[in-house]
Amino acid sequence: MDVSNTHMLDDAVVTTKIDAVINWGREASLWPFVFGTACCAIEFMSTAASRYDISRFGAEVLRFSPRHADLLVVAGTISYKQAPILKQIYDQMPEPKWVIAVGACASTGGFYDNYTTLQGIDEIIPVDVYVAGCPPRPEAIIDAILDIQRQLKREPSFEVRNTEFKGKLDDI
Amino acid sequence: MISKLNHFTLIESDTLIETITNAKEELGFTLLLDITAIDNLNKSHTTSSRFELIYILRHCEFKDTVTYKVSVLDEKIGVPTLSSLFSSAEWAEREIYDQYGIHFQDHKMLKRLLNHNEFVGHPLRKDYEITKGQYCTTSQDLMDEMRPLLNERNLDMSRDDLMVVNLGPSHPASHGTIRTLAALDGEKIVAAACEIGYLHRGFEKSCENHNYNQIIPYTDRLNYCSAIMNNIAFAKTVEEMLDITLPDRGIFIRVIVAELSRVIDHLVCLAAGLLDMGGQTNYWYLYNPRDNAYDFLSKLTGARLTNSYMRIGGMTHDLYDGWETDLADVLTKIDYGISESLKMITHNRIYNDRIQNVSPVSAAQAIDYGFTGPNLRASGVAHDLRFSNPYYYYDTFDFNMVIGSVGDTYDRMMVRFDEMNESLKIIRQAVKRIPDGDINVSDKRIIMPGKGCVYGGIEGMMNQFKLVVDGVKVPEGEHYGSFEAANGELGFYIVSDGSGTPYKVKVRPPSFYHMAAYPKIIEKYQVADAIMTLGSLNIIAGEMDR
Repeated sequence: MDVSNTHMLDDAVVTTKIDAVINWGREASLWPFVFGTACCAIEFMSTAASRYDISRFGAEVLRFSPRHADLLVVAGTISYKQAPILKQIYDQMPEPKWVIAVGACASTGGFYDNYTTLQGIDEIIPVDVYVAGCPPRPEAIIDAILDIQRQLKREPSFEVRNTEFKGKLDDI
Repeated sequence: MISKLNHFTLIESDTLIETITNAKEELGFTLLLDITAIDNLNKSHTTSSRFELIYILRHCEFKDTVTYKVSVLDEKIGVPTLSSLFSSAEWAEREIYDQYGIHFQDHKMLKRLLNHNEFVGHPLRKDYEITKGQYCTTSQDLMDEMRPLLNERNLDMSRDDLMVVNLGPSHPASHGTIRTLAALDGEKIVAAACEIGYLHRGFEKSCENHNYNQIIPYTDRLNYCSAIMNNIAFAKTVEEMLDITLPDRGIFIRVIVAELSRVIDHLVCLAAGLLDMGGQTNYWYLYNPRDNAYDFLSKLTGARLTNSYMRIGGMTHDLYDGWETDLADVLTKIDYGISESLKMITHNRIYNDRIQNVSPVSAAQAIDYGFTGPNLRASGVAHDLRFSNPYYYYDTFDFNMVIGSVGDTYDRMMVRFDEMNESLKIIRQAVKRIPDGDINVSDKRIIMPGKGCVYGGIEGMMNQFKLVVDGVKVPEGEHYGSFEAANGELGFYIVSDGSGTPYKVKVRPPSFYHMAAYPKIIEKYQVADAIMTLGSLNIIAGEMDR
C-alpha cells in the first residue's frame, strides 16, 4: 500500500493487524544504545558518519541512556570485569529490546581466548544477531540492523521476549 | 659491533631507592618510562630469584634510556615503592602487584588495577593458566580510594555538602571503558578517582603463547585508531633484537603508512573531542577524510582498521600500482578537512573560552606523570623520538616539532592539529623520495619464501613450514625498543629465550600514564571540563588496558 499518495485514500478504511501496524512503526525507529568498548566502536562511528549514515534506516537516534533505547549494539570486547555492567545496562532497557553482537569479541571472545575475556556476550544476555568480522565493516553493521528489522516484523508486538534465557550472571 | 641486547644494570633491592634517586637527581634520568616484572619460573637456566623487576628511565635530554634490574628475594615482602620519586610509578606498581603479586612497601593504594576485584591469583605468573577466566559479579564502589583523597584535602562528605558522581564506564564520553568517580562541590570537582581495566584483554599473556609474527594482529588492537604504527613499533623492536635493517623501500613504506596512521589517529581524537563539546560539524569534516584514508588502507592491506600489514623483517606486500594518485587524493581531502575545521574553531569564542586554561599541566608535572608524545609537547617539552633518536631517516625529512606553551586542553588539541600538517609534509616528501627495490630483508630464517618456491620445491615448502610452526627465532636476551607513536612513546620490552615465542612482552603504553594523571589534573575544574580533558588526552583503552 502506498500511503504517500494520501488523496488516493480519501475516506477509505484500512483493515490490518495491530502487530503489523506497531511493527511497521518500530521497524524504522529503532533507537540504539551503543555499548562501544573497543575497535568495533570505531567502525560504529564510521557507520554513524555521513558516508554510511545509519539514519537512512531509521536507526540514527543514538541514546546513551539504556532507558531510552530498544536496540543494544555491543561493539567491542567484553571482559569479565565489564560483564556485570553490560548485564545491568541490558536489564535497564525497557521491553521490547533487541541485541546485536558486533564483531568476533562480542560474539565469541574472538582471538582473546584468555583469562580476561568473556567468551561471547550470549553467556550473560540473549543475542539476536551476530556480526562477523574483526572489526566488521560498516556495511555489515547496517546489514545487522536490517536483520533486526526483518526479525521484529515477524514477532508479536506485545510479548516480552527471551523469557527463557538464563545467563551466567542471573540469580547472583 | 655491540649487541643491542641486555643493556641493563643489576642492582640490589636494598639499594633501589638510592640508585634510582641518584639516577634521577645526579645523572638526569628524570622520566620514568615503565616498570615491569619477569617471572623466571620457566627459564631453562637457574636464576637468583623467581621474580625480577625492570625499571626503565629516560634522560632529560631524551636520547638515552637506562634500565635497572632488581631481583625480588621475597615477593610478599617486595621492594620499596618509587611513588614518592615519580608519580608515574603509582599505577605501574599497582599493575605489577595485580599481575605478578609482588608487594611494594609503603605504597599508598596497593590494590588491583587491571583485573576485577573478585579475581583470585596473578595472571602473568607463569603457573597461571592462560584460559582460566573468572566471572565477576559486582563492581566496586571506589570509596576506598575516594575517602583517603577527601581526608588528604580535609574534606567531609556531609559537612562540606559534597556529592559523589560516577562517570562511566558506560558513558559516551568515557569511550566505554573508563570509570571516574568525582566528588563535587557544586559544579567543581574536588577529588577524583579512576578505575581502568575494563578493556584488559590479556595482550601480554597472549604474547607468551604466540610466535612473533602471530603477535602482529594483537598489536593492531592496542591502539586501534592507528593500528599500523603498533605493528611497526613491535616489528622494529624485534628487528633490533635480530640486528637487521630493512631495505630502503621498506623503510619508506613504513614511514608513509606510519605518518598516515598518525594523521588518522589525531583526526579521530579531534573529531570525537569536538563532538563531545557539541561541535558536530567538525566531526563530519574530520571524520570523512578518515574514511578516505581507510579506503586507501583497505586497498593496500585488505582491512580498514586492523591492518596487520607489517611482518618481522618487512611487510606482507609492496604498494599497489597507482598508489601515488590514491594517496595524493587522500592527502588533499585530509588537508581540506583540517582547514575547514580550523576555520570553524580558530576564532570561535565558545571553543577558545571553553578549553583555554583548563587542566593545564606544567612541563615538570608532565615529566613526573610520565607523559610522552603530543600531551608532553603541549606542555612545552621538546621531546619527540623522531628528533632525539631519529630512526627510519627521520633526520633527513624537513618537518617541525610542534610544541605548546601552557599544556592545557587547548594546547593538547592544537598540537594535534599542527602535527597532522607536519605528518602530511613528511608523507609528501617520502612519496617523492621512495626508492625502488626490495621491501623485506633477504633472510630465509625471517621472511617467508615466495609461493612459487613453496609449491614448487621441497626446500621452499620446508622453509615455510618451519617459519609457520616455529616462528622467527630471536636471540636470547632482553631489549627495550621505543617508537614515537601517535599518542607518545610506545615501547616494547621483550625477553627472548631464543625460541620463536617471546618469553615475555611488556608494552609501554603512553595512554596508561596519561590516564594515571587524569584524576589529578581534572581537580578544581567542572565535570564538563573533565570530559574535554579526557578527549584531549586521547585515551585509547585498548592500549591503556592491553
